[in-house]
Amino acid sequence: MASNIVLSEVEYNVVGKRHLRPDGVDKVTGRAQYGADVQLTGLLQGKVLRSPHAHARIKSIDTSAAEAYPGVHAVVTAADLSFASLSREQLGGDYQRVKFASNHVLASEKALFKGHPIAAVAAESQHVAEEAVKLIKVEYEVLPPAMTVRQAMEPNASLLHEDLFTSELGELSDKPSNVASHMAFETGDLEQGVQQADVVLEREFETASVHQGYIEPHNSTAFWNTDGQLNIWCSTQGPFVVRTSVADILRHPVSRVKVTPMEIGGGFGGKITAYLEPIAALLSRKSGRPVKVLMSRTEVFEASGPAPGTWMKVKLGVTNEGKITAADIFLAFEAGAFPGSPVMQGAACALACYDVPNARINGYDVVVNKPKTAAYRAPGSPQAAFAVESVIDEICEQMGMDPVEFRLRNASREGVRRVEGPVFRRIGLVECLEAVRNHDHYKAPLEGPNRGRGVAAGFWFNRGFQSAVNISVNPDGTVNLIEGSVDIGGSRASIAQQAAETLGIAYEDVKPTVVDTDSIGYTMVTGGSRTTFATGWAAIEAAEDVKTQMVERAARIWDTPIEDVQYIDGVLSHKSDPELRMTFRELARQLLGTGGGITGASNVDPSGEGNGFGVHIVDVEVDPDTGKTTILRYTAVQDAGKAIHPSYVEGQMQGGVVQGIGWALNEEYFFNDQGQMMNSSFLDYRMPTALDLPMIDTVIVEVANPGHPYGVRGVGEVPIVPPLAAIGSAISHAVGQRIDRLPANPGAVLEAMS
Amino acid sequence: MEAVEFTTPKTIDEAVQAMASKGDRARALAGGTDLLVQLRGGRRSADLVVDLKDVPELNEISYNASSGLTIGAATPCYRLYADANVAANYPGLVDSASLIGSIQIQGRASLGGNLCNSAPSADAIPPMIALGSVANVVGPNGSRQIPVEDFCTGPGRNVLEPGEILVSINVPAPPANSGASYLRFIPRNEMDIAVAGVGSAVVLDGSGQNFVSARISLASVAPTPVFCKAAGDSLAGKAVSDEAIEEAARLAMEDAKPITDMRGTIRQRIHLVGVLTRRTLNIAIQRARGEE
Repeated sequence: MASNIVLSEVEYNVVGKRHLRPDGVDKVTGRAQYGADVQLTGLLQGKVLRSPHAHARIKSIDTSAAEAYPGVHAVVTAADLSFASLSREQLGGDYQRVKFASNHVLASEKALFKGHPIAAVAAESQHVAEEAVKLIKVEYEVLPPAMTVRQAMEPNASLLHEDLFTSELGELSDKPSNVASHMAFETGDLEQGVQQADVVLEREFETASVHQGYIEPHNSTAFWNTDGQLNIWCSTQGPFVVRTSVADILRHPVSRVKVTPMEIGGGFGGKITAYLEPIAALLSRKSGRPVKVLMSRTEVFEASGPAPGTWMKVKLGVTNEGKITAADIFLAFEAGAFPGSPVMQGAACALACYDVPNARINGYDVVVNKPKTAAYRAPGSPQAAFAVESVIDEICEQMGMDPVEFRLRNASREGVRRVEGPVFRRIGLVECLEAVRNHDHYKAPLEGPNRGRGVAAGFWFNRGFQSAVNISVNPDGTVNLIEGSVDIGGSRASIAQQAAETLGIAYEDVKPTVVDTDSIGYTMVTGGSRTTFATGWAAIEAAEDVKTQMVERAARIWDTPIEDVQYIDGVLSHKSDPELRMTFRELARQLLGTGGGITGASNVDPSGEGNGFGVHIVDVEVDPDTGKTTILRYTAVQDAGKAIHPSYVEGQMQGGVVQGIGWALNEEYFFNDQGQMMNSSFLDYRMPTALDLPMIDTVIVEVANPGHPYGVRGVGEVPIVPPLAAIGSAISHAVGQRIDRLPANPGAVLEAMS
Repeated sequence: MEAVEFTTPKTIDEAVQAMASKGDRARALAGGTDLLVQLRGGRRSADLVVDLKDVPELNEISYNASSGLTIGAATPCYRLYADANVAANYPGLVDSASLIGSIQIQGRASLGGNLCNSAPSADAIPPMIALGSVANVVGPNGSRQIPVEDFCTGPGRNVLEPGEILVSINVPAPPANSGASYLRFIPRNEMDIAVAGVGSAVVLDGSGQNFVSARISLASVAPTPVFCKAAGDSLAGKAVSDEAIEEAARLAMEDAKPITDMRGTIRQRIHLVGVLTRRTLNIAIQRARGEE
């Protein structure tokens, strides 16, 4: 692996080191408790009945035979949701939002995608539940589905929601439509920019629906006690978000809902929405027993949230000197069955890598008869980057310009204003591009027939948001760190490292624990590449609080003013009396006899998130007989700000690339003409296996984020942004035909070549 | 899923009796890599599962230079490629036994199970057909021998009558100067189902320059595995040449009657039959010449 490029100037003791992860032993020995492991006295098993149709009106549901089946304790339908008993007047302006959220959990008037929950059963065993759901009789009037944005945007398209009107640049349209919203960003004068250009190129792109493919399926166990206390155990990236959603959908006080996040087997953005939790809660309320509901892999594919399929058009104007003068972009993203695709993020990311003076970006959020899309690692950005970076690559090819040099001439840097408004602070795109230009991989010639090299850049905002941390000092000089951030990618370690660094104690002396929503302050999801940044920030503030209290205690013990006590590198000392000196550990031992224990606490909502950039290089070889692409070599370069735990940063980079390779080459939701997914298993939804991948080389560039005490930038999402475009361009060079739709699977490449 | 009965007979007679007792509601279990997935997924149902792994004849591999190779129907794939006689004499079988599923699957899955599951995409069937293999079947009315190319009758369907079990597969001893090969096309490199597959076997003359005979068989391009008699026969007596191979590939493509589905299109599959026929014939020729 190439050496990382450290540009930050501060040396740390704990931060930046590759420590062992606190949850490692439990995970490698199989003792870690995941949602499917939850066992409670009297636990019932739930099973969801799902729509076999992509689009159908539900004329009637008869649950009587299921209710009468021996071993069945409860059956629920949308009629059991609070929404069924609330009037439009009661909900007011919230009506459509609550309706969509409720209908997403359990369909009421219409089934809007194959797999849409219709009813659910709680029974003595999984087998009884499975047999019982088969006894529920549902009468459907099957309707034609609208499966892609192009179909759904046609004037005569089948309408998913008769009461959905387009939000047209903020104004509601007068006719119902599948287009939920049209938004736009503009800067400069597009026409003038086009006139200034020497080369103008316009291309059209399509990408398929893809799934995050986390290993652990969704699961939820709920117990609704007779006193109204609702406890939920589940696999989620955001226990507080689940708490809010469940309280909202069930109209139950937030304070009466406790969500315990179990260990999580991957999320990538797909484990934020509460799919099963309201259903398990309703089944528990009705049966009086705890109820566990698990999804199968097919249910995960058909009824959780994939990333949107897209239709995109990009027009770029460039001068002979390689300066971009104009960009006109059209993005139409599938929202799935309910509004809310990440088209806004896609639009904001599309041009973020470049200083473009004149630009217009139109974005359309379009409902289709597919499961409602969810976040997937840098939501919206990989698709937009595929379109924009592919056009840049083709322009470079036409102009005979080096693609890294071209990007350096146009690269965003401090002070550049993005199309949607914000001005960049210190960012590291230029440093990443320079690292690529200087890398062995880029300097090595690519020889041999049917081979091609691709380069692409990518952007993600990274996020801040709310986090809370409590740190309690133990008598042996260690501390317990309590946090609300679910640990997906090693964040227990990266947060403990920041606490240890701040306290000046050893990493091993910080014991991090992720707790339920009753036991820590509000903490936003593990997502948006925010956790090491924002929860790390909370850990730093909680540690500072501990330090303040430790100084006060030392002052009390020494009977000296607080101002005379200093705390440096885990040692408390009197500023002028060298006799008065205690290590953190020595003072910790005395706490209980000198006024009681010490707990530091923090609630933060930091806004200094540093934007993330990555640039990737890939070499491919295409079999001219079969169209099959082999990835020969892959190098990912990324600005991490400060890599708190470099191994986990590298892991994030490699993981993002792998998912990007799958997205580019083979992954797609394959539907039949009735809108039914035909490949809802890992056998036929072709994610890459270990045998399909080369070693993914990584180079971490560290341009410290001035908005974080240790310079952290989020790292989890950027690495999935460049691969689609880099691989598409590499294949284009290998076969001599532009790749403008993904996946570029062997059949598609073969067609492109013939 | 509903509860099913399960039995583990120790002899062929007991197995046949158990199978016959439930007629078409009984399913034979070897490695279970298809059956268990189908039962759990609701794609097949059964009242009785008959585990054949304790019946000795179904778990033997025997080789003899005159009568050839006999593979017990429940013998897992890994035992085939770990067997010195098989590795030396039947590289075409090893090709498929070592690419079915993954290492873990090959520890359980058997060639016999692959044949009885009768999937159009079965990887083990084309090389068995190419090598002229025969299925040995025993049932309530005695035993019978069925050429493998006549075994499958449709997707998941075959000639086995209720009560009958596949005991073994006989693969004839390889003639002098012969070679075989199986290749499939998948978009990934493992854990996938063939978009198309081709098994080829050739017999050359002593000079290694002329075809004496050839057999070619296809996977994933019709409701059953396809035996391309015309394509193989077209090579008999011809000199080994690109033109002869090209003609056989063209004839094999004519025999392909695929569908378009999530794994590939008609056009792609027919094209791949041509590519894989050429490639497998060339490998088989190299093997026949002892070049590999």
